[in-house]
Amino acid sequence: MKAAISLFMKYLAISVRGQMQYRGSFVLYAFGQFFTTGIEVLGIWALFDRFGNLGVWTLAHVAVFYGSVNMAFAVADTFSRGFDSFGSAMVKTGDFDRILLRPRSTVFQIAGQDFPLHRIGRFLQGALVFVYGIVVLDLDWTAIQFCLLLLAFIGMFFFFYGLMIFQATLSFWSTESLEVMNVFVYGGVEACQYPLSIYRDWFRSFFTYVIPLGCVAYFPIVGVLGVDDPLGSGRIFQMLAPLAGIAFFSLSLFCWNFGVRHYTSTGS
Amino acid sequence: MYQIHVQGLTKSYRIAERQPGMVGAVKSLFHRTYRDVDALRGIDFDISRGEMVGYIGPNGAGKSTTIKILAGILVPTGGRCVVNGVVPWQSRISYVAQIGVVFGQRTQLWWDLPVVESFELLREIYKVPNNRFKTSLAELVELLDLSPLLDTPVRQLSLGQRVKCDIASALLHEPQILFLDEPTIGLDAVTKASVRGFIKEINRNRDVTVLLTTHDLGDIEALCRRVIVINDGICLSDSSIDELRNQYVHEKHVVIEFGNSPCLESIHQDDVLKSEGTRITFLCTSDISDFVAQMTSRYEIKDITIETPPIERVVTELYESSK
Amino acid sequence: MTALALKSYIAVVSTRFRTLLQYRIAAIAGIVTQVFWGLMKLMVFSAFYEVAQNQPPLSFESIVAYVWLGQCLFALFPYNVDPDMRAMFNSGSVAYDMLRPLSLYAYWFSRTLAFRTAPTVLRLVPGLFFAFVVLRLVGLDEWVMPLPPSFVAAFSFFISILLTVALSASIMMLVSISMFWLIDSRGMVNLMAGVVWVLGGMIIPLPLFPDWVQPFLSWQPFRGLCDIPFRIYSGDIAGFEIVGELVFQLAWVAILVLAGVWLMRRAQVKLTVQGG
Repeated sequence: MKAAISLFMKYLAISVRGQMQYRGSFVLYAFGQFFTTGIEVLGIWALFDRFGNLGVWTLAHVAVFYGSVNMAFAVADTFSRGFDSFGSAMVKTGDFDRILLRPRSTVFQIAGQDFPLHRIGRFLQGALVFVYGIVVLDLDWTAIQFCLLLLAFIGMFFFFYGLMIFQATLSFWSTESLEVMNVFVYGGVEACQYPLSIYRDWFRSFFTYVIPLGCVAYFPIVGVLGVDDPLGSGRIFQMLAPLAGIAFFSLSLFCWNFGVRHYTSTGS
Repeated sequence: MYQIHVQGLTKSYRIAERQPGMVGAVKSLFHRTYRDVDALRGIDFDISRGEMVGYIGPNGAGKSTTIKILAGILVPTGGRCVVNGVVPWQSRISYVAQIGVVFGQRTQLWWDLPVVESFELLREIYKVPNNRFKTSLAELVELLDLSPLLDTPVRQLSLGQRVKCDIASALLHEPQILFLDEPTIGLDAVTKASVRGFIKEINRNRDVTVLLTTHDLGDIEALCRRVIVINDGICLSDSSIDELRNQYVHEKHVVIEFGNSPCLESIHQDDVLKSEGTRITFLCTSDISDFVAQMTSRYEIKDITIETPPIERVVTELYESSK
Repeated sequence: MTALALKSYIAVVSTRFRTLLQYRIAAIAGIVTQVFWGLMKLMVFSAFYEVAQNQPPLSFESIVAYVWLGQCLFALFPYNVDPDMRAMFNSGSVAYDMLRPLSLYAYWFSRTLAFRTAPTVLRLVPGLFFAFVVLRLVGLDEWVMPLPPSFVAAFSFFISILLTVALSASIMMLVSISMFWLIDSRGMVNLMAGVVWVLGGMIIPLPLFPDWVQPFLSWQPFRGLCDIPFRIYSGDIAGFEIVGELVFQLAWVAILVLAGVWLMRRAQVKLTVQGG
């Protein structure tokens, strides 16, 4: 474990140092991320300005949903870059062989490939919106709410990380199938910027039971906001739901190992 | 007890056939046809600790497939393979810690990092204790003359420098076995010689077992007493280079410098390849010692040279005969 | 000269087409993504429309048309750069293009047009099929794409879309020309994508923005990308107003092309004087 952490820090240091060599483009990219991932806010703001509250949901509530999902995604995205680019960078080139030749777990090595820090741009815009929502709502924070918020972040991190691993796993079979995952990754992020309760049943079910994004990004946050859930979830459920993110992550690891076995038996 | 034991190793790949044209592209969307390709069709060999073995064959013979299986990153279709007492692909992590692999065409190092930092990272990955790492690195740096390169980013190295660093990186953790896949490909003569010298040295100093694939038979002649020839997934020959020559090439060129112009009536004119005054080149297809004995008994002879055909010709002949 | 520009247009379209077709699964995935996004947007809009207290400036039916047109046509909008073009700048082979005996602007303009139109055709057909037919078959009638209210609307929409393509290419040209000055164009392109998405009306239709920003929104060129053609389609821009909006689009195309030609000349002078 200690050796693992030490190696991970080394990977991180190398990546960061590499990016700091091009400080100018880092700032530019970070700004670009801030801007391009943040423009959705304008749309949300304009719709609330024109139409008023969405049932129980005010702009500030949506800001908390929006901010938390963007922050969590930005973090997961930064630490899973190796999986995101896995198909093109590792499978197509045969460089995955190099990973297999080293006496460390493949997941760990892929995770250490790259940490694109400019994604802090998305994190910052998410944080800004989140803080706006929290300040406007002026919540009475209890320990349970803190707990729920933490669980939500942990759940979302593992969920998004799991998605990235799934995406990478697919590329063992076909390197062109990756765009399918965009629906879940970016579509999911986009969908969860609004509270799940505004969507249709089938859509909600899909993002609760099939792709458990709602479990990590909606139910616990509802608990944090202290709003009576229009979908009727209780406190216990809100506490347990984020575990779905960890379950999803475990499932993705299982599939990943299956994919690695497939790779080593076909040598493709 | 052999260190590498390979028996009846087979590997077949399933390849999806693509149909040409738009119609084919749409068709293969729904229905794919597959074709099995046999890369290995029963390979056997055993290698003992400290041996240096050449593994040669034409492109597509199955060399890389074998190396990948031995390195534990490819699972064979059938057959047995035990290295250091374990089956390579069954316990990847503990196994790969004991071996070193160099692919001459691809680097194992980090493109943007200075060489020494790549080494540091490998130390971390292989969990090499600090003091052992230091001695190992010092030895490699000296043998390969790497000290001027250590602070250069890998992307700025020449091919020769990069290959040297790659080989060093595969040996930092002091593996018992080294697999070299075309280590001298694309190198100039001087670099080749120094890489070969290094491999020889490391084999001697550390008693490392080396399995080497190459297209450059100079590597084999310089390094390996034993050579395994494969083609089309089967072993054609497994012997020393000299045996290989004797076995597959039954003709030799004998150049004799006579004391005076010989009277050659008793010799078949067909066997004379070249005649330059008193220096005559014969083609000998029968037993060479008989031939030489015969000549020395009859004529006054100043000098005899027996020329063996170049190994390239032996190998070409071997490949051809296996078709 | 036009013949050469046309030739290069056709060449680029056909190669783009072939590369795109090679990646069949990617193409299917693209369609799935586009449909998914459309449905998601419609769910958000319908949630807001259900709670609307005042009459919104666009009917829900117009929103449906707007969303599906956006999903089918977004590849037309200037949000990314032709990777070949970027490679040309990076490798310095742009100098060869300058040796050609023709207007570089016309030549690149035709390339840009091709780059924008080829992928759109691939997405348009399945996208429209879904919006018109599949949604009806699965019973989601409220989200089925409506037809234009009149022949005039349909015809003017067609004209307007052609102008959109020209407008998009002329904006993209400015970005491409900026590569003469900028070493790394990616920041510029990102910025451009953000501006286009918001001011063009891809995030939400422009009339839904607060009334006090409308005067500003109505004069900027990006409006000509989605806002004008899509609202002509839905009949929200009708009658004599259509002529005005088409002239608006045309005027901006002219301004941006002239600006591009002028900048291109300066870039060429810079390149020949300074030697790149």
